[in-house]
Formats: sequence, C-alpha cells, structure tokens
Amino acid sequence: MTDPLHEPEHPERPEDAEDAALAALGALGDPVRRRLYRFVAAAPDAVGRDAAAEAAGISRSLAAFHLDRLVETGLLETVFRRLSGRSGPGAGRPAKLYRRAGREHTLSLPPRAYDAAGRLLAEAVERAGLDRELQAVARERGAEQATGDAVETLRAHGYEPFREAGDEDVVRLRNCPFHSLAEEFPALVCGMNLALVEGLVAGPDGAADRWSAEMSPGPGHCCVALRRV
Amino acid sequence: MTGFHLAQVNIGRIVGPIDGPELAGFVAELPAINKLAEESPGFVWRMVDDDGADATALRPDGADDLLLVNCSVWESVEALRDYVYRSDHLRVLSRRREWFTRMTEAHQAMWWVPAGHRPTVAEAMERIAVLREHGSGPDAFTFRDPHPAPTA
Repeated sequence: MTDPLHEPEHPERPEDAEDAALAALGALGDPVRRRLYRFVAAAPDAVGRDAAAEAAGISRSLAAFHLDRLVETGLLETVFRRLSGRSGPGAGRPAKLYRRAGREHTLSLPPRAYDAAGRLLAEAVERAGLDRELQAVARERGAEQATGDAVETLRAHGYEPFREAGDEDVVRLRNCPFHSLAEEFPALVCGMNLALVEGLVAGPDGAADRWSAEMSPGPGHCCVALRRV
Repeated sequence: MTGFHLAQVNIGRIVGPIDGPELAGFVAELPAINKLAEESPGFVWRMVDDDGADATALRPDGADDLLLVNCSVWESVEALRDYVYRSDHLRVLSRRREWFTRMTEAHQAMWWVPAGHRPTVAEAMERIAVLREHGSGPDAFTFRDPHPAPTA
C-alpha cells in the first residue's frame, strides 16, 4: 500500500520541466556554445570533438568543455563509436561522439499548451475520419508558403534537410517537426506531413530545381523525403 | 525467441465494391504492399482467400458485402509496428479514407498465438468482439496498449 502523503514526488512536475527547459536555453545563451549546438544538431550523424571545434573555429579543448556542458543540460548526448575507416586490431579506443538528444524542450511564457491542443484536435480528426480534409488544408497552407527553393523553405519550417550520401537527387529530412504527434497518430499526422511538404516544395512550373515529396519512413528522420523531378 | 507469435486482425468497410472504380487505387497497391510485408523482418504468415493472392474475397460478415478482413502473424509487436508505420506501408495507410469509411467501434485487435498457429476468420472476429466488449487486455489488445507474450 502506498501512503499518498509520502509517495515520492513525481519526477516530472511542471516546474521541473520548466527548470530543465530554462537550463537548456540558458546553456545556449553563449554564442560559441550555440554554434557548436547548431553544428551538431545539423549533422546527419554523430560528430567528434575535432570536427565540432573546426566548425566553430575554436580549440579542441574549448570545444570539449562546451560540448560536455551541452550534454549535462540534456541538449546533446554522447555515443562511443570507432570512426569509419578504422576498425579491427589497432583501431584504438572508440571515439566520443556527440549528437542531439531526443528529449524535447518546450518553454512558453506565459504558459501555452498548443501541443495539448494539437493532440485533442488530432484525436477528434481521427475519430471523425477527416484525413483527406486535413491533407487538403496542409497542402494548401504549404503551397501558400512555398518560395520555389524547396530545401530552404523546408529548412525555414524546421525540417533540417540534408542530401542523401551517394544520391544527389534525394533529400532527406533529419527532423520531424511533429514527432510526438506522429508517434501517437502515425497514419493521420504522417499523411498531413506529406501533404504539407508537397505544398511547401511546390515550385513554379519551369523552375530549374524541382522536387517531389514521397513517403520514405526510417529510423531517426522524418517520414517524408524529396526526390528531384 | 518465445514459443508465441503475434496475430493481428483488422477489418474495414470499403466505400464501394472491391472491383469498382473507387477501390481501383487500393487494389493496385495490394500486390506490392503484400510483397513488402512478406519480405519484412519478423513476418510469419498472412491470411489469403481461395485465389491465394490477398484476402479481398473474404467477407467476415456474410450480411455485409463491403466489410473486408485482413489478418497476419508476426514474430513481435515491434516487427509489425515497423512494417505498418515505418515502411512504405505508411504511404498507403495515410490514404485509408479514400477507400475505407471510418468505424466508430474497434476495428483491429492483436493477440498471441502459439508459433505455427494460423488464425481463422471466425477466431479473428472473436478477438475484435473481445476488444469491443472488454477493452484492451491480454486476450485482445492494440498498438497503444501492447501486452507481452505469455511466458509459459
């Protein structure tokens, strides 16, 4: 039996989440740290200290200090892996690599709960079977914001596009802007996302750089990919 | 490996006859999407009708000519989840409302079967009935609330 008065405190009280978000944002107040964070977050794969130092234009030891601070605040996480091209005997110790942590930080002052509204709306749309109506709205609103430069438009909307290694005609999206909702309502939200991206990448007829959106789900990236038309 | 596999059934009411123009897009997707299932990690078996290609001729409710059934067996919930939501199947799934009307009651169910067991239509429909009557539990559950395989 548990005594409600002496239960351990819930680890995720609202003020804890707010404190964590504030600590994370505070860590990014330093412009050097911000450069490092953006470099790591934008990289398609985990990166080492040397590459991050070079990208930020600082020494390796200073980069190591800041990267580890970003790990402490939960913005980055570390993985240990032998760098490609070195394996087998003599490859040495695995390198410490950094990548963006999966945890989401949300801070709104005053408090707003658009994510909660999103979940309620998604459930209602799902119950009502309005997938096609949602897709139509997403495609329309996306097309309104299309600029003709597909990759830059997607970047501006939080998708973090990158060229697929070895295939210049495919662009993948490292980030899913709707990640939590997509986990909860995959068919609905990924269908909405595909329609939105279709709208965003729609360029004027005859543009030099034209892309089509296609569903291409995989681990660690958005379910939509672009293919050059 | 456990001695149990995951069975999954879903039913859906199509918006028109299976051989009509409204369903033509769905029917055209079936061969590739069924092949993808068979080639997916953890796939064990899928139910087919007398034609042997897919299950579109099966009618779980004899009185309802628009109600289709789809049933398959997988090694684990995760294997099925990877196919349903993390493969090209997701592209077809996101078009579900072009071909299927929404159902207000539970229209899919999962349960554990001894490895080698092949569910029948009646058995699969019974699991949906269990889910409708009792909600999610060890005998009939959903992706939202998966139950582990029996340990015995």
